[in-house]
Amino acid sequence: MHGGAEFGVMSDLPRPFPPGDYPVVVVGSGPGGLQVSYSLRQLGVPHAVISADPSPGGMFRRWPLFQRLLSWTKPYAADGAGSPRYERTDWNSLLADEPEARALQATHMDGASYFPSRPEMEANLVDFAARAGIEVRYGCAWESTARIDDGSEMRFALTTSDGVYRCRVAIFAVGVAEPWNPAIPGIELAHHYADVRPPPSYAGKRLFIIGKRNSGFELASGLLQWAKSIALASPTPARLSVVTKSLMGVRARYAQPFEDNALGGGCVILDAAIDRIVAEGSALRVHLRRSSDGSALSVEADDVINATGFITPLRDLPALGVATFGQSRLPAQTAWWESATIPGIHFAGTITQGAPSLSKNGIPPNSGAVHGNRYNSRILARRIAETAFGVAPLATPVSCDGLVPALMREADQSADLWHQRGYLARVMTASTDHGIADRGMMPLTAFLDEATDTDGVALTIESDGTGAIYPVLYVRRHGNIAEHRLPDNEMADFTTAEHRKAMAAAVADLGT
Amino acid sequence: MAGREEIVAALSQFALFADLSPPQLEMIAGELGEAYFADGTRILRQGLSGSGLYFILDGSCSVVVNGEKRAELKRGEFFGEVSALLERSPTADVVANGAVRCLVLPAPEVHKFLIGHPPLMFRMLQVQASRLAAANAWRG
Repeated sequence: MHGGAEFGVMSDLPRPFPPGDYPVVVVGSGPGGLQVSYSLRQLGVPHAVISADPSPGGMFRRWPLFQRLLSWTKPYAADGAGSPRYERTDWNSLLADEPEARALQATHMDGASYFPSRPEMEANLVDFAARAGIEVRYGCAWESTARIDDGSEMRFALTTSDGVYRCRVAIFAVGVAEPWNPAIPGIELAHHYADVRPPPSYAGKRLFIIGKRNSGFELASGLLQWAKSIALASPTPARLSVVTKSLMGVRARYAQPFEDNALGGGCVILDAAIDRIVAEGSALRVHLRRSSDGSALSVEADDVINATGFITPLRDLPALGVATFGQSRLPAQTAWWESATIPGIHFAGTITQGAPSLSKNGIPPNSGAVHGNRYNSRILARRIAETAFGVAPLATPVSCDGLVPALMREADQSADLWHQRGYLARVMTASTDHGIADRGMMPLTAFLDEATDTDGVALTIESDGTGAIYPVLYVRRHGNIAEHRLPDNEMADFTTAEHRKAMAAAVADLGT
Repeated sequence: MAGREEIVAALSQFALFADLSPPQLEMIAGELGEAYFADGTRILRQGLSGSGLYFILDGSCSVVVNGEKRAELKRGEFFGEVSALLERSPTADVVANGAVRCLVLPAPEVHKFLIGHPPLMFRMLQVQASRLAAANAWRG
């Protein structure tokens, strides 16, 4: 009876955030939703968080299929858990000010690999939500969206399975997780990556995988020991991250099928367009045209798996006017992760990979992954707090003599700049009236496009695809911006006398 | 809708890609990234390193040198080739007039891309030659 009563109390606990009016509504309880909610709370911005899921974790409650992530956590790599340098090699923990909520991923890993398993990542996110006290109304599915124009300000109405939420600012952190199928005749005979069966069910089967990105090679790697043969095909040649020297391309973890292919193990990698899939008795036949010369070939298979990726589950937002682009149907965004077409709608988490970036030398930001977008979320929360909730912009005074040491320290320590190379920048402004002020982190393009004559400097860390990693200063004087690339260094030591001299020269007499 | 099919259909209408077969266009569609730029966004930035070669899918762009508009580029046209080929920073801003969608190839990949698609390289050379002729005529 007593135990029953306890369970009764559990289930009768009021769920947080009943439908109604809130200044901000966050949709999603994956890493993006959790991080932006935490960061909003730290700035005192009241908000509701709703999620269709029953618990925290987002996509990591289901994927990746073959158990381990592509993002590493090295518990012993740097100055100790919780330091900024530690975050450079801990790609999976969310960010917190309190030590007890920081650097949680390693505490959920067993030492078997520096890539956490999917359940270990999920445990990390569940733990973060609990330790940081992130409240979420779970089991509350966002269904549709409307604009309310009551004359004074634009607001949004989000209809959910629990009722209607009205807000000034909506933040969608719903992932890029809706399976997408290309318009290939016979695609219905294939099954999507999201519907892959347990590995033993592929024992002795001839597999055909459409797509040569990470998800395709993840499947091939996981099924090498089960399948009779594996063919992977897409029109464009696959690239390897160890060749591009960036996160572009198939990760080293999934390179085994390339070796199997090169050594004649039964794995075939084709550069060909898929024309159609047809049933032939109990088997399937995939008709292809080679990218090189357009010549035809066909491959027989028992199973065809479509690993062509996912799209963003934006529901009715495009009908509301939210412009989208690209294969993943990402929303078009401003530099500050607001819809480029519907102000007031913002995005967090992996969707922020759709925001504009310089992508210098072809190196994109890491916004698609937690180790990139966790920093975007922190900046987004501050941006919303400043623009819609009256929080004063950051402007921490820095002495004239302190500018170069501050930049040196940031280049040496920052994890934000390290992970979001050429994308996030530490900005300091300088004027004769106000002296030097530290403006904190912002997207580099926001600094470059700021309509101001105030002198300033933005520090980034960048790489160029050759393996070199180096700081860059963008110095604005009298409205003109000059780029100063600093030396790279094999040990990633940006505190040398050479760096100090180059930085000092670049910012000499700034603001005078 | 912006699937690969739509990109291939768009490329097949552009003069630059006219000599390429459908499978080659599909391959190219996978080699190029897609980007969206809101009205007024700078796509190419005068003086900043590391940009790329852009093909306009939708919309139009202004070429701006030191704040002065010099030319307008439309759907099917390209820009960024001079800085990509010469490994120099762009000598102009290219700014979106209204919403613009582009396909983009990072500068370090341009060499391999052009060598891999000689008919496209020839068409690009023709465009460059006509731009040069126009510039010479302008100077009188």
